[in-house]
Amino acid sequence: MSTENERERDEEAANLPDKLGRERLAAPVRRTGMFGATTTGDTSGYGGLQVRGSAPVHSQRPFTDPDDPRTADFDRVADDLEAALGDDAGAVERVEVARGEITFHVRREALPQVARVLRDDPALRYELCTGVAGVHFLDDTGRELHAVYHFRSLTHNSEIRVETTCPDADPHVPSIVSVYPTNDWHEREAWDFFGIVFDGHPALTRIEMPDDWHGHPQRKDYPLGGIPVEYRGATVPPPDERRSYK
Amino acid sequence: MGLEEKLPNGVLLTTVEQVVGLARKSSMWPATFGLACCAIEMMSVGGPHYDLARFGMEKFGATPRQADLMVVAGRVSQKMAPVLRQIYDQMPEPKWVIAMGVCASSGGMFNNYAIVQGVDHIVPVDMYLPGCPPRPEMFLDAVLKLHDKVQNTKLGVHREQEITENEERMLRRSLPLVSRD
Amino acid sequence: MTVTEDYIDASGGDWDDVIEKAQATSAERLVVNMGPQHPSTHGVLRLILTLDGETCTEARVGIGYLHTGIEKNMEYRTWTQGTTFVTRMDYLTPLFNETAYCLAVEKLLGITDRVPERANVIRVMMMELNRMASHFVAMATFGMELGATTVMTNGFREREMILDIFELVTGLRMNHAYVRPGGVAQDLPPGTVGKVRELLKEMPKRIQTMRKLLDENPVYLARTKDVAYLNLPGCMALGVTGPLLRASGLAWDLRKAKPYCGYEDYEFDVPVSDGGDVYARYRVRMAEMEESLKIVEQCLDKLEPGPVMIQDAKIGWPAKLALGPDGLGNSPDHIAHIMSSSMEALIHHFKLVTEGFRVPAGQAYAAVESAKGELGCYAVSDGSTRPHRVHFRDPSFTHLQAVAAMCEGGTVADVIAAVASIDPVMGGVDR
Repeated sequence: MSTENERERDEEAANLPDKLGRERLAAPVRRTGMFGATTTGDTSGYGGLQVRGSAPVHSQRPFTDPDDPRTADFDRVADDLEAALGDDAGAVERVEVARGEITFHVRREALPQVARVLRDDPALRYELCTGVAGVHFLDDTGRELHAVYHFRSLTHNSEIRVETTCPDADPHVPSIVSVYPTNDWHEREAWDFFGIVFDGHPALTRIEMPDDWHGHPQRKDYPLGGIPVEYRGATVPPPDERRSYK
Repeated sequence: MGLEEKLPNGVLLTTVEQVVGLARKSSMWPATFGLACCAIEMMSVGGPHYDLARFGMEKFGATPRQADLMVVAGRVSQKMAPVLRQIYDQMPEPKWVIAMGVCASSGGMFNNYAIVQGVDHIVPVDMYLPGCPPRPEMFLDAVLKLHDKVQNTKLGVHREQEITENEERMLRRSLPLVSRD
Repeated sequence: MTVTEDYIDASGGDWDDVIEKAQATSAERLVVNMGPQHPSTHGVLRLILTLDGETCTEARVGIGYLHTGIEKNMEYRTWTQGTTFVTRMDYLTPLFNETAYCLAVEKLLGITDRVPERANVIRVMMMELNRMASHFVAMATFGMELGATTVMTNGFREREMILDIFELVTGLRMNHAYVRPGGVAQDLPPGTVGKVRELLKEMPKRIQTMRKLLDENPVYLARTKDVAYLNLPGCMALGVTGPLLRASGLAWDLRKAKPYCGYEDYEFDVPVSDGGDVYARYRVRMAEMEESLKIVEQCLDKLEPGPVMIQDAKIGWPAKLALGPDGLGNSPDHIAHIMSSSMEALIHHFKLVTEGFRVPAGQAYAAVESAKGELGCYAVSDGSTRPHRVHFRDPSFTHLQAVAAMCEGGTVADVIAAVASIDPVMGGVDR
C-alpha cells in the first residue's frame, strides 16, 4: 500500500507545473522578440518574448504506427540496423519518428560504420545516398553543426534519415565518400557552405564559391550580404536588416 | 576604331555616321553569354517562333573575338564576374552590351552575397531589359532599340559633344523623392 | 609549384605562350580548359580536360559559376515566398522544384492529405507538361551541341506549345511560382482544357517527327551509340537517378515507388532501356514524353470542380487572383470584401500575406521524380514564419559527378555528347 502511495506521489511530482516549467526553461531559446528589427527599436512590447525549442525527441518503440502507412517498415529497419551494428549498437544515440519519417541520430565517429552497414547489409540495402545537407543551429551549444544524410533503399523501397552533429569549435565529421562515392560533391558543398570538415574526403575543396572566398556563406552567423536598394532617393535595406516578422 | 573617328566635323561626318550606323546595326554578331533562365528565352528568340534572323542576328557566335554584342542573359555570380569581364575584353571595338533580365540589370530578387548586383559594375551596359525572364518579344524590342541607338551613334567630335550634353542633362534633371540640395 | 609530369597547359592566357611551350617540350598531353562560357557545355559549366591527342584521359568538372544563394535567401522570406525562389533553381523544371518544396512544407505542416484533389490533379498535369518541355530542351540543346540545328529549332518550336499553356495557366512562360504550400496559386482559367486537348492531339505527331528524324539517323547513331557508357553499378555508386538510371536498365521511378500528388491513380509505364549509352538516354526521354501525354490525358478526365487551395484559413492564401485591366492581381470581389465590408478579413489578409503562417519546428524531406531524376527538398523549420534551412538535392548536381566516369578514355567529341546526355541545368546545379 505504501509503495503504491509513493509511486503516486512520484508521478505527481513528475507532473507538477513547477517541474515542467523548469524543464521547459532548460530547453534552448529558439527565438526572441516578435520582429527581426535589430537596428531600430522594437516598440511592439514583444521584445522580451522568448520562444523555446522542444527538447530532443526520443521516440520509443513501436516506431510503426498502424494508422500511418508511411511508418510501416520503421520497426523492421530499426531492428535490422541494431542487429547489423551488433556491438556497435550504441552508435545510434536516439531515434526520432516524426511526420512519417525516421531519423537515426548517430555519433559522428560511428558514421562510416553505420553507412557501410546501411549499404551492405542484405536486410537494409540502402543503395542510394541522396547527399548530405548541412544545417547550422547557433543555439544548439556543443552541437551547432548538423550533417543530415538521406538514404534510400531501392530493394526495399524505404527511406531513412541519418543525422550527426559536431561542435563549431571542432567541425569534423568523417567522410563517407569511400562508401557512397556520390557524396563527393555533396560533402564539398557542405564544407563550402558550412565549414564542416569531412575527414577522409579525397579532395575537400570549395565547390560553389570562388577558391579565395572567405567564410562559409550559409552559416547563420554569416550575413546575407545584400546591399541597400535605392529607388528615386528612398532606400530599402537588404532583407536581413529589414524590420520583419520572425 | 577606324578612320571614321578621325573625320572633321561637318556634313561629311554626319553622312558617314549614318552609313556606319546602318552597317553596324544591320549585321550585329551577338556573342552567346547565356547564364541562367534568360538564356533559355534568348535561345527561344533564336528559334523559329520568334526568329531573330529577321534582324540579321541569328548567328550567335561562340567566340567573343568575332562578336560585337554581348547579351548578358541571367544572374552573374561573383565567381562568374571575372570570366565575364575577360570575355568582354576579348571582344573587338565597337561593342555593345544588353543586360537581359533584372538579375543582370540590378541583381533583381537575389540581393545577396553570391550575385553581382548589376552587371554594370563590371562592364558598361547599353541597354537594360527588365523582366524575369523578359518575354522574347521584349528581347526583340531591346534589340530594336539598340539598333536604333547604334544607327544614331555619333562619331568623333559629335560623339564628344553628345556625351557632354548628356552629362549636363542628367545633372539638371529632377526626380520625385530626391532632393537636390 | 613543381610539375613533375610533362604537359601543355592550355587553360587560359595567350595562345603564343601555349604554342611556344608546346614547341619547346616534347609533351603530348594537353590540358584544355573548356568553359565556363562555351556554347557546348550546356550552361556555365567548366570542364578541365586532359587530352592525349584526340583521347580524353582525364575530365574534371568545375561548377559554381551560377551560384545564386537561393537556399540562404529563402531563410529571409516567408514559406510562401519561397516558391518564387525555388522556381528559379532548375529553370527548365520550375514546376518540379515548386512541387518538391511545397510537398516538404506540407509535410512539415502535416497537411499532405488535406491538399484538395483538384490541386493535386493540376499539379500532376503541370508537372507532366513540364517534363515534356524539359525533355524537348534537352533534345534541342543536344542537337545544337552536336551541330544539328534542325533538332534545335524543332525542339524549341514544340516547347513553345507547352509554354503557351503555362502562360495561360500561370501567367508566365517560365519561373511560375504557381504551386504553393496548400495547393496552387489559382484555378485553371477558362479554355485551358480545350487548349490541352489540342496539344494532346498535336503533340504525338511532333514527337513522331522528331523520332523519325533521329531514331535511325546514321549520323545521330554514330554520335550516340556506345558513347558515354555508364552501367547500373556505376549509376548506383554515383547516385544517378532519372532517365540516366532508367537508360541503364533499372525501372526506378519515384512516381511508382513512392507516389506523391496521387500518382498511384494514373496508369503509365516506366520506359527503360539497357543500353547505358547516350542513345539509350535519348530513347528513354522520348518514351517518357509519350507516357507524359498519357498522364496529361488522364488528368483532364480527373479534373473535377472544387477548390485548388487548402480550406484552412490559417494556411490557405486568402485572396483569389483575377485578371484585371492592369494584369493579374487580387480579384475585385476580394478587394471589395476586405476594404469595405470586413475588418477581420482585412487583418487576416494582411497578417497572412506579410507575416505568413507558422510552420511547426522539425524537419522533412520530400522527393519528386523531376525530368532529370530525384529532386529532393529537405526543409528545416524552427517554428517561425520563415524556413530555418532549405536544402535541395538537385539531380543535375549529382549527375555531373558522372562526367569523369563517362568521358575518360573516350574522344574529346564524345565529351560533348556525354555532358549533353546528362542534361544538367546549371541553375539547379549551383542554386
